[in-house]
Amino acid sequence: MELAYGHPKSLKPIQTKYCPGCGHGVIHRLICEVIDELGLQERSIITNPVGCSIWADLYFDFDSVQPPHGRTPAAATGVKRMLPDHLVVCYQGDGDLAAIGTAEIIHAANRGEKFTTIFVNNAIYGMTGGQMAPTTLVGQKATTAPNGRDPGEAGMGYPIRVCELLGQLEGTKYLARGAVNNAVNVRKTKQYIKKAFEAQMRGEGFTMVEILSQCPTNWGLEPGAAVEWLEKNLIPFYQLGEIKDKLDGAAAPVKEAGK
Amino acid sequence: MTEKTFIAGFGGQGVISLGQLWVYSGMKEGLEVTFFPFYGAEKRGGIARASVIVSSSEIASPLVTQADSVIVMNEDSLAICEEAVRKGGVLIVNSNLVKSAPRRSDIRVVKVACNELAEAIGDAKFANMVMMGALSRVTGAVKLDSFEAVLRSFFPESKHKFIPMNIKAVEAGKKAV
Amino acid sequence: MAEEKRLMKGNEAIGEAAIRAGCRAYFGYPITPQNELTAYMARHMLDLKRTFIQAESEVSAINMVFGAASTGARSMTSSSSPGISLKQEGISYACGADVPCVIVNVARSGPGLGGISPSQGDYFQSTRGGGHGDYYTFVLAPKSVQEAADLTYLAFDLADKWRVPVLILADGLIGQMMEGVVFPKERDPSSLPAKPWATGNQYKTHRPINHVTSLNLMPLELEAQNNRRFERYAEIAKSEVRYEEMNVDKAELILVAYGSSSRISLGAIQAAKALGIELGLFRPISLWPFPAKRMAELAAKGKRFLVVEMSKGQMVEDVRLAVNGKSPVDFYGRCGGVIPTEEEVLAEARRVLGK
Repeated sequence: MELAYGHPKSLKPIQTKYCPGCGHGVIHRLICEVIDELGLQERSIITNPVGCSIWADLYFDFDSVQPPHGRTPAAATGVKRMLPDHLVVCYQGDGDLAAIGTAEIIHAANRGEKFTTIFVNNAIYGMTGGQMAPTTLVGQKATTAPNGRDPGEAGMGYPIRVCELLGQLEGTKYLARGAVNNAVNVRKTKQYIKKAFEAQMRGEGFTMVEILSQCPTNWGLEPGAAVEWLEKNLIPFYQLGEIKDKLDGAAAPVKEAGK
Repeated sequence: MTEKTFIAGFGGQGVISLGQLWVYSGMKEGLEVTFFPFYGAEKRGGIARASVIVSSSEIASPLVTQADSVIVMNEDSLAICEEAVRKGGVLIVNSNLVKSAPRRSDIRVVKVACNELAEAIGDAKFANMVMMGALSRVTGAVKLDSFEAVLRSFFPESKHKFIPMNIKAVEAGKKAV
Repeated sequence: MAEEKRLMKGNEAIGEAAIRAGCRAYFGYPITPQNELTAYMARHMLDLKRTFIQAESEVSAINMVFGAASTGARSMTSSSSPGISLKQEGISYACGADVPCVIVNVARSGPGLGGISPSQGDYFQSTRGGGHGDYYTFVLAPKSVQEAADLTYLAFDLADKWRVPVLILADGLIGQMMEGVVFPKERDPSSLPAKPWATGNQYKTHRPINHVTSLNLMPLELEAQNNRRFERYAEIAKSEVRYEEMNVDKAELILVAYGSSSRISLGAIQAAKALGIELGLFRPISLWPFPAKRMAELAAKGKRFLVVEMSKGQMVEDVRLAVNGKSPVDFYGRCGGVIPTEEEVLAEARRVLGK
């Protein structure tokens, strides 16, 4: 009997520390499924960020480098330049990428660094306990925005659409935004990741997949309600799909099925 | 033998290349050398100064404070240059651009019409090389005897066409003192 | 046959020495007075098909080093004082993750933006770790262009041998001045030590996976990890101390100085000799590990010391710790980018001696 579906080889068979309903686990699995499909387990290196996914090196069964908060793209630059024939996955959260590491991501993207950023956007700081993120929606509550994010009088600024921001840079070749709220979006997100990884291995330029992800704990919701909240609030603001696709060896666009 | 020299002028007079070529020539003649430029935040114009030392033994401070010889290429630098000469040392003045007379009487003053001599060769920009010839003759620290070979290794190929002019300028400087 | 002596700026000599030591990746950001080093690396690393990146900041540059060095590649960054402050986060991580790399500080005067003239005001930062947490970096202080080249070349070997970041502490004087220099020969890449801890190329050996990380949330484990690192530090302190001394036996007073200020002190010693005064020189080359043992020996012989620095007095604290009250330690320093003169230092030595 043939095994149709199983645990990805490059994902360690252990229970994660992530909260119930958290999106990181699904995202880890997608990355590992693609790595297995491409046969790159022993040729992959992840740079894992400060934040909840700091534990990524416990779960991914391949080499890792753990840089300071926000400096992930700079370290990934160093790794990839030394090992151009490896798959380098720069895993970042919204605090790491869009707050403290803004300079690093913009310039790595602009140089067209040939690694892939997996940008997990859950619109909140997870590990430190629910502070406002650069991607927190206007009106969304956080421990540091107790009355909701207020760009007006409180001067808290506006949520940043990272894909659209980076899309203006010529070094970026592929920018897509997926979500892990349902099976259709999970499958589509996996296709984005695969396209990005394949482009990386062809050496095309900067690739990134942003993934909208649930954080029930810090949103103060049950896992099911968190999925609904993501669908009702995040998806309308952060448009899903392939935001930029300038790949030379481009495969056909990922089908917008299920819409 | 240790010869400590302080050189001053304004940007564009070739003060830095004079200093560098002096120590480079000294190194080729087997001496220990050091060249320390004054570096400012401005990239053009302004003052140009350098401390240069050539010695037959290990060189201590690269900063020249009690100079055996001082080169002054322009009027504005005269005051600071006069201060820098040690008692009994020599002040070599570019007499075309320095019109005031030095006040100190405990130093030797040598005047060289650097710009005039350089123009006679063909271009005032070789005034610095005229001065280097004078410095060589006055101090005897760097002989500049096989100067052509030194210039050939100092300058990139593209600048070798200027070598004969440089040599003429140095010779003119040597003869002028 | 030895190579020809070349006339070079300290900044450029450091670059050439790094290339010959097998540096495969250099990351920098413009700052005076070390710009010639970054420019030199841009010219030559690109020609050699090695990696050069002008980073978006000093912060990024050190983290690019962290990434590149994590793969086992010899990697370097350079900057000057304010930029080195920015790199401290990355240096702390490199120490915590035992990632070898070379960092060059062509120091200028501070604090803050300060000035661009030479200074030795970064001694504390360099020798006390500089960033957060329990660690040290190797610190080597060159006195000349030749030594800047030699110590840079050595720094890569020391970094790999001990798995620590090595800091070259020069200053604007060393960086900007030109002197004759003869370079050591280019390292054969196949002669460099293996790094079984590095990431990448797992597919060649199927070894267990490697994590390069400073993170450990278990206090007892982290303590043990730090203890192991400090055992290595103790080995370094035993075997890697470097210093130079001159005329210490005859000296009535020993000048203690490193880098640029040791050159000035040497001038004062020569001038004193002409006056019939015997001064000595003790020059730490490794500032960490500090040559404390030798200083203590000299103190026990009844030698007294005058520490000369281009700062308000930083290394003098290490000298006093080493001497431990056994003999008098005086201090003379200038700061703000002022380079003390040989005459000033001589006058201070005479004042101390009452001569």
